[in-house]
Order: sequence, then structure tokens, then C-alpha cells
Amino acid sequence: MNTLTKQDLSSGDLLATAASWQDAGKKVALATVIQTWGSSPRQAGSMMIIDNDMTMLGSVSGGCIEGAVIQEALEIMDHGKAQILEFGVGDEQAWDVGLACGGTIQVYVERLEAA
Amino acid sequence: MKRDLLNQLNLAKSEKRTVALLTDIESGTQELISPLEENAEHPLLPEIRKAVRDDKSYVHELSGSKTFIQIFNPPLRIIIVGAVHISQFLVPMSQLAGYEVILVDPRSAFGNPTRFPDCVINNEWPDDAMEELKLDHRTAVVILTHDPKLDDPAIEATLQSDAFYIGALGSKRTHAKRLERLEHVEGLDRIDGPIGLPIGAKNPAEIAVSILAAITDTLRNGAPK
Repeated sequence: MNTLTKQDLSSGDLLATAASWQDAGKKVALATVIQTWGSSPRQAGSMMIIDNDMTMLGSVSGGCIEGAVIQEALEIMDHGKAQILEFGVGDEQAWDVGLACGGTIQVYVERLEAA
Repeated sequence: MKRDLLNQLNLAKSEKRTVALLTDIESGTQELISPLEENAEHPLLPEIRKAVRDDKSYVHELSGSKTFIQIFNPPLRIIIVGAVHISQFLVPMSQLAGYEVILVDPRSAFGNPTRFPDCVINNEWPDDAMEELKLDHRTAVVILTHDPKLDDPAIEATLQSDAFYIGALGSKRTHAKRLERLEHVEGLDRIDGPIGLPIGAKNPAEIAVSILAAITDTLRNGAPK
């Protein structure tokens, strides 16, 4: 089992990890918070990386929307078209996944291309 | 994101350079620029440089096109001069808050891995150490030795740098004497002294909390108390 240290949690180290995952033959997607309105736990620029085994590192919220982001990321790893996902109050899906903090978040999800 | 771009981001990180990743969020087109280089050119350069200073990534909208400006600043660092009792609390607290910590103390009886495991220790004299460590706008310096022959050169060297925070331990009286000794130095009003936010700290751990709070305050709100 990999041991994660606190150094792994900053965006810079996430990207080094993303590179190593790809080098190990995984498909990798990057999710980045690009805009937030109201209360939200992670500011713009916060990142999460996901591989095709649903291993994730980093975060784009306090844990409320990560599950939904992973689902989308798995599809984006295959078709390669980057997408903006929006979660917020008033959005049925957001309530489903429980964005309880009351804010709105936009997350940009893209595939890490092999070249 | 293209792998080549990711490699460039990782390289910038290892070289501690500030870079900005620009993503056109409609088309997905991405480019990486080094906004702090003198010859940097980009139509959005003023906005990007402001975002660097604020350490704040955001979506810039201009005549219908939306560009996500993502800032990758070098890591925040805290340089602690003086491997004293307070440092034994301040080192792990600072690491947990996301800082890279470097402990400077030429007295190896104080600054050694037995007393400070998991921390980079520099046993140079403070002025030499400061020169070597290249203090930048993402660096805070905390001066704790209580010994003028170690503290003063550290303060002088730090005040010549872009360090975003400098604090020095000592009572009001000690601090006043320090300012007298250093009156030939420019920028003394940058020193947070007596160090830390006034939270009534009584022991080394609480003093460490007040120091980390003062650094956070300066980082996030600008200008010291």
C-alpha cells in the first residue's frame, strides 16, 4: 500500500503523482476547481487526480462531490473531451451528492493525454 | 492536458519557479507562461501577475472568451532561526499548515536531527544561510535565538529580501533594544516584534500557535497587525 505524506496533498505533488500513474500505464484524469460562489471548502485551483481504477488523490470539495466527479472522470478518460461540471444548491444532482455547504462549484475535468 | 505540459509544470515546481497555466475553458486549449520573467509577454500579463501576487486562480472573462488562470507558485516556506524549545512546536505545526520548514542554527547542540527529526537543518551562520536559501515572496522568517549575534545578522539579511513575513522573538524591551542596535538598517518596521498575534500565549506551544497565526494573517490579509 502506498503511504501518503502531507506533501502529497498540494497541487504540485499531485501533478508529479499524475505523471507517475500515467507512466505506470494508468489512464488519468485531472479535475480542477475553476469557480466557486458562496461558501465552498476548496478554492479555485484546487485539484484532484483520478485513475481508471478510481484511485483518487487531492480534493475539489469537502468530500461532497468527489464521487460524482470520479464518475464523470472515468468517461472523460475514454472519450477525451474535457468538461465543466457544476454543482450547487438548486441543482438536483448537487443535493443528491450532498453539497451541503451551500455554495456552487464549477469543476473542469480533463484527460491527461499520453503525449 | 498534454503530457508535455504536465512535465513542464512539474519541472517548474522542482525549480521553484512561478508559472501560470492558462486554459481556454471552451476549447480546452492550454498554455503555460512564466509571468515573473522580465521578458514575459502575454495579452493578460497584468491580470496574471496580479493573480500571482494574490496567489489566486480564477476565470478571466474577456469579450465572450473564458480563460482559467491557474497559478502555480513555489511552495510556502518558513525559515526558523534558532533551534529552541518553541521551534520544536513550530516546526511540526508549520509543516501541517503546508509550509516547507528549514531550521537554521549554527549551534549543532541545538540544531540537530535528534531534537528535530523530519526537518531540514542548516548549521550555517544565519546571514550565510539566508543567502543560500534565496528568500523569496513565498518565504516567512521567524527569528527565535534571543542572541543578538545570531538574531541581528538574520534580521539584516531578511530585510534585504522579498520575504513576506519577518518576526523576531523578544519582549517589548528586548525588541526596543534590538531596534536601537539595528537603527542603520532599512525596513525595520517590517519586523513583527514582539512576535506573534496577541493571544496571551504562555508556553512554547502556544507561542508557536501565535507565530503561525501572525504568519497566516500576513499571508492572507497582508500587512502585519
